[in-house]
Amino acid sequence: MSASALTLTDVSAGYGGHITVADVSLAVPAGARVAVIGANGAGKSTLLRTIAGELPLLAGEMRRCETCARMGYLPQTATVDRRFPISVYEFVAMGAWQRMGVFRRLSPAVRQSIDSALARTGLTAVSRRPIATLSGGQLQRARFARLILQDAAMLLLDEPFAGVDRPTRDALMQLIDGWHAQRRTTLVVLHDLELVRQRFELCLTVDDGHAQLTPTAELLTVRPTPADGSIARHDFLRNALRA
Amino acid sequence: MNWLIQPFEFEFMRGALAACVALSLGAAPIGVFMLLRRMSLMGDAISHAILPGAAIGYLVAGMSLGAMTLGGIAAGVTVALAAGAVARRSALREDASLAAFYLISLAIGVLLVSLRSRNVDLLHVLFGSVLSLDPDTLLLIGGIATVSLFGLAVLYRPLVIECADPAFLRQAGGPGSLAHMGFLLLAVLNLVAGFHALGTLMAVGIMVLPAAGARLISDRLDTMLALSVSFALAGSIGGLLLSYHLDVPAGPAVVMSLGTLYLLVLAITAARPHRHFSTGEATV
Repeated sequence: MSASALTLTDVSAGYGGHITVADVSLAVPAGARVAVIGANGAGKSTLLRTIAGELPLLAGEMRRCETCARMGYLPQTATVDRRFPISVYEFVAMGAWQRMGVFRRLSPAVRQSIDSALARTGLTAVSRRPIATLSGGQLQRARFARLILQDAAMLLLDEPFAGVDRPTRDALMQLIDGWHAQRRTTLVVLHDLELVRQRFELCLTVDDGHAQLTPTAELLTVRPTPADGSIARHDFLRNALRA
Repeated sequence: MNWLIQPFEFEFMRGALAACVALSLGAAPIGVFMLLRRMSLMGDAISHAILPGAAIGYLVAGMSLGAMTLGGIAAGVTVALAAGAVARRSALREDASLAAFYLISLAIGVLLVSLRSRNVDLLHVLFGSVLSLDPDTLLLIGGIATVSLFGLAVLYRPLVIECADPAFLRQAGGPGSLAHMGFLLLAVLNLVAGFHALGTLMAVGIMVLPAAGARLISDRLDTMLALSVSFALAGSIGGLLLSYHLDVPAGPAVVMSLGTLYLLVLAITAARPHRHFSTGEATV
């Protein structure tokens, strides 16, 4: 955990001329699982989109380690046109775009990685079906399979578990653990503090225009507070995440 | 089978046949993408916009192929870009701004043509002249079909990804807007080709109707593309025969025949019990 995957120095993020999060300075160690937490509208997505390069930096400096330039970004709302007539297999194959470009054929090696990504996400049985027939949870699995294909060293996932059921969440969470084992860095926006406590060693809290990186153990306790049953140690977290 | 072959003993019918084959190969696949991108109305707007452009060419140079073609392409590209920009900036939804665009275009076009014309010319630009295409126009239509097929082959992969998930392609560093612009250009070219053969009011027919029929039958893109070309060929050749045997104008006959084919497919697919995809395992 020595090298930093991502370093932000005095970064301001926002869009439309408004700064949402200001003066962010932090260093994310390579291979870390980072939970991005905060209230709705605090600027979690804005910060993630800025790191992903979807939004320009409004101020400050961002540095990514060399391999981390290969990024996989999963936006919160899928922009997938589900009525477009392609199969699950073809959808997942999009993840190989960077390797194949406009003309190259799907090599046996790429086909193999597509098959393996489908297997790891439990989609093998439906791989020939049009994406229009997938349930919301299955589509999310397919988006994860496509991420696997992208072979990114840093993964930015914006609320990947919104609207998916428990078994799907557990399956996707296992993929994130797998990426952690392969020393890939993941930043995941989520709201389930119990999950954060169990599986993420760092928290990027976004609150009131500020963002900072804190070890999860300092933010969350094992034992819920007697007052409201929350495992958050700090008031702002309790307030921010009271659903 | 004489009724099928005999008409094509005439040179003008052979010319029309060549034009229909070229249009089917070029325009029908573009139509499939247009339909899937929910841009059918955009096609309509572009094809109407070609009229004032071609009319300006006509005012400058008379019934000149080159001037009318260039004018048409310029106006088509302008409207395609303007419609996109207006939709982004105004409160109107894209369909409303497109409807406004093509009504205005049509009015300007007809006014421009009638500034200096005989009614014959006006009929030509409105309904085309597939039965009296000169060799140069045929070459142009064939050339556009060729460019269109090669262009689509090059654009195919980025275009498909851009249709299915535009944000993904952008994030992965793919040429998303290039694919979109290239596609619009191909659409304009094909509509200009269609304009010469079928006229400004009917050109979009050979693009949209076969695609709509193909979409009803298939849920696979490659099948859809092949079907759309088959429908376009069958419909347009059927229209030529109809026009020859019943002595009716060819442009509307072609579009009528394409439309009949579409309605037939619609009736057949609607009569069948609703089709479900094989559900496989429900791994949610």
